[in-house]
Amino acid sequence: MIALGLEGSANKLGVGIISHPHPSKPPVILANLRHTYVSPPGEGFLPKDTAKHHRSYVVRLVKQAMKQAGVKVEDLDCICYTKGPGMGAPLQAVAIAARTLSLLWGKKLVGVNHCVGHIEMGRAITGAENPVVLYVSGGNTQVIAYSSRRYRIFGEALDIAVGNCLDRFARTIKIPNDPAPGYNIEQLAKKGKNLIDLPYTVKGMDASFSGILASADILAAQIADTLPEEKRLKAEDGSLVTKEDLCFSLQETVFAMLVEITERAMAHVGSSQVLVVGGVGCNERLQEMMGLMARDRGGSVFATDERFCIDNGIMIAHAGLLAYETGITTALEDSTCTQRYRTDEVFVGWRE
Amino acid sequence: MASAAHPEPIEPIQPLQPPSGRPRGGHDQHTLPAPFLPDACEPLTQGAEALVYRTHFLTPQTPAVLKYRPPKPYRHPTLDKRLTKARLLAEARVLVKCRREGVSVPAVLGADWEGGWLVLEYVGGGTVRGVLDGWVHRLPELSREGNSETISEGRKKSEEEEALWELMRKVGRAVGRLHEIGVCHGDLTTSNLMVRDEEEYTENETNLPPSGDIVLIDFGLATQTIQDEDRAVDLYVLERAFAATHPAAEPLFQEVLRTYGGSFKGAKSVLRRLEDVRLRGRKKSMLG
Repeated sequence: MIALGLEGSANKLGVGIISHPHPSKPPVILANLRHTYVSPPGEGFLPKDTAKHHRSYVVRLVKQAMKQAGVKVEDLDCICYTKGPGMGAPLQAVAIAARTLSLLWGKKLVGVNHCVGHIEMGRAITGAENPVVLYVSGGNTQVIAYSSRRYRIFGEALDIAVGNCLDRFARTIKIPNDPAPGYNIEQLAKKGKNLIDLPYTVKGMDASFSGILASADILAAQIADTLPEEKRLKAEDGSLVTKEDLCFSLQETVFAMLVEITERAMAHVGSSQVLVVGGVGCNERLQEMMGLMARDRGGSVFATDERFCIDNGIMIAHAGLLAYETGITTALEDSTCTQRYRTDEVFVGWRE
Repeated sequence: MASAAHPEPIEPIQPLQPPSGRPRGGHDQHTLPAPFLPDACEPLTQGAEALVYRTHFLTPQTPAVLKYRPPKPYRHPTLDKRLTKARLLAEARVLVKCRREGVSVPAVLGADWEGGWLVLEYVGGGTVRGVLDGWVHRLPELSREGNSETISEGRKKSEEEEALWELMRKVGRAVGRLHEIGVCHGDLTTSNLMVRDEEEYTENETNLPPSGDIVLIDFGLATQTIQDEDRAVDLYVLERAFAATHPAAEPLFQEVLRTYGGSFKGAKSVLRRLEDVRLRGRKKSMLG
């Protein structure tokens, strides 16, 4: 069976085509294309501009994906699209594209939960069987474990997502959003040396990031070049605190929190495997820290690279096709999208 | 699909079975901090943060529990020291406060935040979870005895049940007292409630639950707060732990709540708040 997947819950528009040759065989990726809407430094992406971007690129990307995959319209079994969660306007833009294709080609629609897409793709790529999943991106921070046909949320961010915290800090210190604000913070953090104190807010298996962002913003104002040297923030050894130091401190603090809540969930469910998915999951420092933690518990960490970590169409196609194979489709009149769609609302019929 | 106005009720998370046998890694991978020798320390459990050993302190006749927070290799050393110190001190302070206010908790015997260890009084006895599990285990035979209705066995059964209900009242009073002094436990499960028993808890002839005091343990996630929300979440977590044991434990928990409700002045409003917490689970649905 072959499915086309459309993803556009945030600033990435993704189109993917996947084939499930046989239940016993691994899925085959036929095409996985992505186009990102990049906003200027110091600014975030606004819903209306992002929706406009998606509208103007979706036809091009679908055509290109079909060509690259070498499949004809008749070969497709269903059209999968992101139902939520995400930003309203971009979701709507892609849902319209999916409905259009469905009517045009006479294919069934399948609405997919974005988070479940990430989890299923991560499992398929890494071969992790029943891991504790840390899903970290610009809009979501969740620690998830599977139990009786649901992906249960054990811990989550109580306010903003960790990716949102990093992205907004990138805006504060005016670093480019190309290719991604989080990537640029990671590069700067590699040069940072001094650890500056930031709040550390873990509550059981939940975490909070908004206070850390506020503190980091205040610190960033104290290192501005425009300030006289004696007023600028200094490290313990008396040297001036740099942008790099702040990126380093922010990463060390928020990632330590993420690893801690993941460890707590692992201790709770008694699992030794951990899978990291979502855009922030690309960060090599986070992967390294997670690896150290897993090793300490006698387990291992699974992570994917940017092709599958960052939002993409193939994960929507994959999760949608899994649902389609269990007989789930979304009728045209139900093919809505929603900004709030919890991971544990999805019935996972394809796992035991 | 669930609409925003009428979300489908989500089943609450059931605690999964804890891993069986001795945890891998953990105890073997870490060397104990300075005054403690591996020979004198017997591993009890590995939590998310701390390794717990049974040992003795100062004199070989003083049994004690060692709670050791090893350095986390993934954390920046500075951050790690800061967190270990803050948490260890917070836990010790809560325990000392409880002790001062007359809440039954293990006494703090010693602590070293540089070394990351805390030594607590050893509490002999079993957990409430153990008592409940034992009771659930005997449920089928108890109901059979109930049917046969011989006088002696009937009396024995009611005696056991009465002891069990008395235990629940003690739990309600202990949790109420804890909340009254402005402490929330943060991880209130039946495994963290112990029944003090000076003699080692053994399967006694009568099957009677032990009659000792309730001792609250593991204050690693405790906070000093008087918010109804935090108190209600504490009760909710305990309720889930009861429900996970057996459906038959439901009326027992009602007895805990009843006693809790009469245990201090603000308890009634906490119970009202618990209704809200039950409807939404422990998480607030503020997801954007």
